Amino acid sequence: MILKIDNVTKNFGGVTAIKETSFSVAPKEIFGLIGPNGAGKTTMFNIITGNYEPSSGQVIFRGEPMDGLKPHQIVRKGIARTFQNIRLFSSMSVLDNVLIGFDFQARYGFLESIVRFPRFIKEEKRIKVRSMEILDYFGMASFAHEKAVDLSYGQQRKVEIARALATNPELLLLDEPAAGMNPSETEELGVIIKKARNDFDLTVLLIEHDMKFVNQMCDKVLVLDYGKTIFEGKPHEAIQDPEVIAAYLGDFHND
Amino acid sequence: MGITVSKNQWMNVAMVAFAMCFIVFSSNYFDEYSVRILNNIAIFIILAVSYNLINGVTGQFSLEPNGFVAIGAYVTALLLVSPEAKQYQYAIVDPYPFVMTLHANFVVALLLSGIFAALLALALAAPVFRVRGDYLAIVTLGFGFIIKILAINNPEITNGSLGLNDIPEFSNLYWTGGIAIIAVIVILNIVNSKFGRAMKAVRDDEDAATAMGVNTFKAKTLAFCTSAFFEGVGGGLLAALLTSISPDLFDFFFTFQLLIIIVLGGLGSTTGAIIGTVLVIGGSEWMRFLDEPMHLFGYTTTAMPGMRMVVFSLILIFIMLFAREGIMGKRELKDFFTSRKKGEK
Amino acid sequence: MDVTIFMQQMVNGFSLGSMYALIAIGYTMVYGVLRLINFAHGDIMMVGGFLGYFGIAILELPFGAAVILAIVGSALLGMASDRIAYRPLRSAPKISLLITAIGVSFFLENAFNVFFGGVPRAFPVPAYLEVVVDFMGLTMPVSAILVPIITACLLAMILWVLYKTKYGMAIRALAFDVGTVNLMGIDANRIITLVFGMGSALAAVGGIFWAVNYPSVEPMMGVLVGLKAFAAAVVGGIGSVGGAVLGGLIIGFTEVVVIAFLPELGGYKDAFAFIFLILILLFKPTGILGIDFEKSRF
Repeated sequence: MILKIDNVTKNFGGVTAIKETSFSVAPKEIFGLIGPNGAGKTTMFNIITGNYEPSSGQVIFRGEPMDGLKPHQIVRKGIARTFQNIRLFSSMSVLDNVLIGFDFQARYGFLESIVRFPRFIKEEKRIKVRSMEILDYFGMASFAHEKAVDLSYGQQRKVEIARALATNPELLLLDEPAAGMNPSETEELGVIIKKARNDFDLTVLLIEHDMKFVNQMCDKVLVLDYGKTIFEGKPHEAIQDPEVIAAYLGDFHND
Repeated sequence: MGITVSKNQWMNVAMVAFAMCFIVFSSNYFDEYSVRILNNIAIFIILAVSYNLINGVTGQFSLEPNGFVAIGAYVTALLLVSPEAKQYQYAIVDPYPFVMTLHANFVVALLLSGIFAALLALALAAPVFRVRGDYLAIVTLGFGFIIKILAINNPEITNGSLGLNDIPEFSNLYWTGGIAIIAVIVILNIVNSKFGRAMKAVRDDEDAATAMGVNTFKAKTLAFCTSAFFEGVGGGLLAALLTSISPDLFDFFFTFQLLIIIVLGGLGSTTGAIIGTVLVIGGSEWMRFLDEPMHLFGYTTTAMPGMRMVVFSLILIFIMLFAREGIMGKRELKDFFTSRKKGEK
Repeated sequence: MDVTIFMQQMVNGFSLGSMYALIAIGYTMVYGVLRLINFAHGDIMMVGGFLGYFGIAILELPFGAAVILAIVGSALLGMASDRIAYRPLRSAPKISLLITAIGVSFFLENAFNVFFGGVPRAFPVPAYLEVVVDFMGLTMPVSAILVPIITACLLAMILWVLYKTKYGMAIRALAFDVGTVNLMGIDANRIITLVFGMGSALAAVGGIFWAVNYPSVEPMMGVLVGLKAFAAAVVGGIGSVGGAVLGGLIIGFTEVVVIAFLPELGGYKDAFAFIFLILILLFKPTGILGIDFEKSRF
């Protein structure tokens, strides 16, 4: 198991967002975290990325507890993420966005960059080549020098995933990757994620509302409702589970 | 790509060479008044490009320059004023014995000025960057006041509100201009490295930067300390240009001037900071008439000292409301050349 | 130690602290709804002091009428500054808003400096405020007793507005989420302007207190007081009205007590507020009664 969530609870003031949840993700799995609005999915993401500290319980990544690590340290351990509402660096080019992912992997110091040491030049060249390779993989190399914000929504989503891959992760967290995309873009995205999983040796954990997308993509799903696990198993079984249906119906009812 | 880079490099070399020729030419042929303004411009270029690093590039709103410039000015002054001059200057109380023994050459004095300022920045970074960026503004503003209060209340070192006089006039265009060139190159090299990218990422979206593994606290602290270092050095140059300094010189107005410069030039653009300096420092000389009595349609108004400040603050509000990007936006000079190249392709 | 002297200093501290508190409330409320450190707030207080001065010395109004003039004028100025300088920047980066606030602050200071001169003008304090009363062995002017009482009344009013009226509910909702307020069918911009008006009115009262106490007005009088009041707001917990009052009192007391009992530190009295500020940022960044605005929302 590459990621193990061990009996995690998260309280905000008096509200319990996640209650004693445990699950495990196997290497190279595409694992879906689903559930109605307010089920605690995003909270779970923020606990894994270190943005929230769990009230109790542990996150264990590759056998190592992640307790007390800051978000940027967790990224360096090999967990990368994308955001629900794409958050690219708006003033920077597509290439620079991806280069940020190499920030902690470029081996040169502050003074070396000031005097432009040979190692600086070598390392900058190396990470630029790597970044272009990743962009090329997503078919975005020709946009490298465009401003990230000038791209279409679907392209921005790809750049965001490329940027996350630049941190060289083993586990990739995708927060509603299909949100705001049209059916053909969603289709294309699904193909890319599956392909990247193989080519980059990735484990993928994703939050998604689009059940069709989940059904196509995920090897396994966990359904949360009001912070509690109500189902864990194959996606097509989830859709038939009475408790899951009840939870979603309740959600529709509320809307 | 390879060709563009070397073309850029050639352009950089050409610009540095041009700046050097201009320095040599103007120090030999310009009159004293013009040289004085050029010295001011050179020092303010150092201050503005470094202030822009924390405010514009990193997006952390700091109001620190007056404090760090004051530190630099006092360190340099204490190290340069001769013991004989110190002997008769301290009119309020006798100085501490160690003050009399302080002495160093100009280069060491400037370096120490920068280092002192940077160390203070490091000490401030810990409390300030633990919370949101905008607290930085108030803490640094308060810090500027504290520096002034310290300078006034420790006459054994600073000679209190009388300040220090007879600082040897070591600053000339070769020093101020030369260090300005170095400061611009160093800052641009930082901006165009992973450190600068991390700083820009912090400005654009701090949470996303963290999610890319960037240690945002480190990026902010690095920008803050680097800008403090050059502000300290600039303060040292200023002390050795003015030959006398006092606590009043470094009040908030000093910071305000720099703020206008970088906002006018375009927050985040080093080129913009340089253009802004020339416009504001030059313009401020030109606008001197505003503070003096005016003759309009046969009437003479009374002198209105401070009118320039009113105009400057209106300009600042105006830029923010109607031209937020300033002159350069976040672009640099080289961006104009590269974007043209892309069009050809 | 002499008990009377101690009590006397306590009253002074309470009086000074009340003034900081009145100004700090404006900072904390504006920060609550806009996340803006309104640099011009201290200068609004200065304008309040000047309006009071003009009312008495030039328009020859009675003191009470001059105070009302100051309050109304400052409230209008605060609302106008929001309408003209801040509202167009609602969706702009935070840094633009801060820079504009500094521009407004510098404009007010220098405009008053140019047109009314930088020399302090003596503030005509009505004689009945300067009457020295003897109260349980303590001697003090009436004004020193009135300041905390008036502050308490104003505080009660503010709390009533915040917790008992529809507008107050909107202000508190706005401090957490702009979206909810728009859902409630209230125009967020109007609420924000209202907050500027309320904060500026309180600052004007603070400015009058200041002018009566010193007794003078000058264009730069708001700078340091404003900064200290902001520090007070952060120490107490930015976003919380009670915190602003608490922070103001703490800083006021400290200044008075230290000067009274450690006179050798007197030269540093203006530094205490910032030292408090830095300590609180180090150990409890949300302040004593603070609300955590820092949590990033994904």
